[in-house]
Amino acid sequence: MNNKTLKKYFPIFVLPTLIAFIIAFVIPFFMGIYLSFCKFTTITDAEWVGVKNYIYIFKQDEVFFMAMKRTVKFTILSVIIINLGAFALALLLTKKLHGTNIFRTIFFMPNLIGGIVLGYIWKETLDTITRKLFGYAFTYSGKNYGFWGLLVVVTWQLMGYMMIIYIAGIQNIPEDVVEAARIDGATPAQILFKITIPLVMPSITICLFLTMSNSFKLYDQNYALNGNSKDTRLLALDIYETIFGGNSSTYSEGRGQAKAVIFFLIVALITFVQLRLTRSKEVES
Amino acid sequence: MRKKILSVALCVAMAATALVGCGSKDDTSSDSDSSKGSSSDKSADASSGKVYFLNFKPEISDAYETLMKAFTEETGIEAKVVTAAANQYETTLKVEMAKSDAPTLFTVNGPVGYNTWKDYCADMSDTEFYDMLLDKDSVIAEGDGVYGIPLMQETYGLICNKKIFAKYFELDGIADTGCSSIEDINTFEKLKAVVEDMQAHKDDLEINGVFSEATVGSGEDWRMTNHLFCLPLYYEYKDRGISDAEELEFSYNEQYKNIFDLYINNATVPKADAGQGKVDDSMVEFAKGQAAIAQNGTWAWGQITGTDGNIIEEDDIYYMPIYIGAEGEEKQGLCTGTENFVCINSTASEEDQAASAEFLKWLYTSETGTKFVTENYGVAGFEGFDNSAAADANPLVKLAIEDAENPDTYTITWVTTTTPSQVWKDELGDNLKKYAEGSIEWDKLVSDATAKWASEKAAASEE
Repeated sequence: MNNKTLKKYFPIFVLPTLIAFIIAFVIPFFMGIYLSFCKFTTITDAEWVGVKNYIYIFKQDEVFFMAMKRTVKFTILSVIIINLGAFALALLLTKKLHGTNIFRTIFFMPNLIGGIVLGYIWKETLDTITRKLFGYAFTYSGKNYGFWGLLVVVTWQLMGYMMIIYIAGIQNIPEDVVEAARIDGATPAQILFKITIPLVMPSITICLFLTMSNSFKLYDQNYALNGNSKDTRLLALDIYETIFGGNSSTYSEGRGQAKAVIFFLIVALITFVQLRLTRSKEVES
Repeated sequence: MRKKILSVALCVAMAATALVGCGSKDDTSSDSDSSKGSSSDKSADASSGKVYFLNFKPEISDAYETLMKAFTEETGIEAKVVTAAANQYETTLKVEMAKSDAPTLFTVNGPVGYNTWKDYCADMSDTEFYDMLLDKDSVIAEGDGVYGIPLMQETYGLICNKKIFAKYFELDGIADTGCSSIEDINTFEKLKAVVEDMQAHKDDLEINGVFSEATVGSGEDWRMTNHLFCLPLYYEYKDRGISDAEELEFSYNEQYKNIFDLYINNATVPKADAGQGKVDDSMVEFAKGQAAIAQNGTWAWGQITGTDGNIIEEDDIYYMPIYIGAEGEEKQGLCTGTENFVCINSTASEEDQAASAEFLKWLYTSETGTKFVTENYGVAGFEGFDNSAAADANPLVKLAIEDAENPDTYTITWVTTTTPSQVWKDELGDNLKKYAEGSIEWDKLVSDATAKWASEKAAASEE
């Protein structure tokens, strides 16, 4: 009976969300794909040009591939650093120590500030540091400070968030399993690798997904820290600059759109593979 | 069962409305496409049209709101203004133009901007506004059509603090530069000699440097890439006898380097920091008397007087042409022109187009309109438009008008409106920064600039 009623009213309950989803996601998404095959100035005057935009990107757009290489490097580094750091912090802060709550709050706090503000504040801070340590301004073109600075900022910002997820995971591990292992004479390292890590696998899945997609899609910190310089652009910023950065070509909007489609495919593929891989490693306690 | 059908029907109906919403938008745009070309048809009734102006100057958005209200009150034509955020004009325009209620008036930054928007620019040659324009060569034209009309005239050069120069020329033990007052400086050679000697005496003059910061960081580099670059480009075009080029020879790159070197070697900040500051910082340094010269334009007066701790008074200003070492530059004047060309949207209805043309005319003829123009645009070249009020309010405007009327000097026109694109300028700015920091050689800057010029120009005309 209950089930039947639910079924009957299902469309009505789903409708508002569905409409919102269609308007805000499905329509723009397919329009976006369509526009990537067009030449246009505004989205209403599109003219079909086929795969011309894609050909241009693969044949001539070096900046895009430089940005892609940089983004991949950035993502790999940030995923490793953030997750190792967050996991270590989580382990530390789940030990019964004094003040763990305060530290959890402190580490989580960077998440509460918006990316662009953060970027500008960090830019000044990093500038002072690089001048003191190396004698160069942070934006000095001969050095690659911009990239490493970005890594510092993003790590600092995301680590606290991931830490909270890991803490939740670690706290969910049943006490008796750990205790049984300890009685059987397992070393702390064994407990970590044989019990803790397999049991927090769901958290790892989530954290890897979040850090990976966040680093790949990074935009505001990149812009605030490094401006629109070609030497420090990540993919998302490059897409924006292609469309709005003032290219002389009347194809630039379509090319930017095509880049966005390529970008989407890459992000979708990577996260799909990653989810598949880590999901298969998840176990029940 | 009936309820289920009902709910499904509702669902479909709502989804359909959403789709219809999109569809009708397309309809309007194709409808208005067909009206293209017949823009300034005088038979169209302006009073039933609407004006929608997309404003490019965020700093005066309030003044625009008041202006539009006054226009509606005086003429009965509905009018509104939307202001784009700083540096977001193109972005905003692209978004607004896609709407069914698109701007009827917008601005482009010269031939390059026109190239992007030419499908949206109506021919204005039949409008009264065009008839009023004094310099008919200053428009964006294609064939017989006139598609963009300059709203104002702006002038830039080296804004100098006379007091500091006077103090310098009274110092003991200054080098023999062949100049005894600021007015004697009329070539790059003399400018260089005086500036370098002033820099050597900067402690006596109580300044941090002769020039304020060059600010070649991203987004702040337009004074160097757009304004300063105008001079080598002007002389190159003059030598070649052209007004636009598919290929840049950059034959005056040596002169461009010399003047840029002079700026960064004698600035308030070390050479390597030329890419750090903002234009605002640069003007603050000038206003506080920490620097003797700032390269900027007539619009900067408000910035100078608005600075806390400003010590500059109207009589302290000397407006020096930017000498780069070109032949015959003793007679060179300031750089005068504009980058703001107004266009009427050809996809708007005929009534709206007529109303927009009416608005432009009103802006430069009515009392309210001219007051607004004087206060916010400065100088404008239209029949019956009086520039004296602007000159009284702004010493830079006054000096610029004097310079333009001086028969002994020639004016540098803003040929940088022909540079291929913003991307080209951004690359030049980036390279200037790298050059100042010492990470690239000047030759690289020159070869990048010429290569990018060719590729961006080619890209603009690709079909």
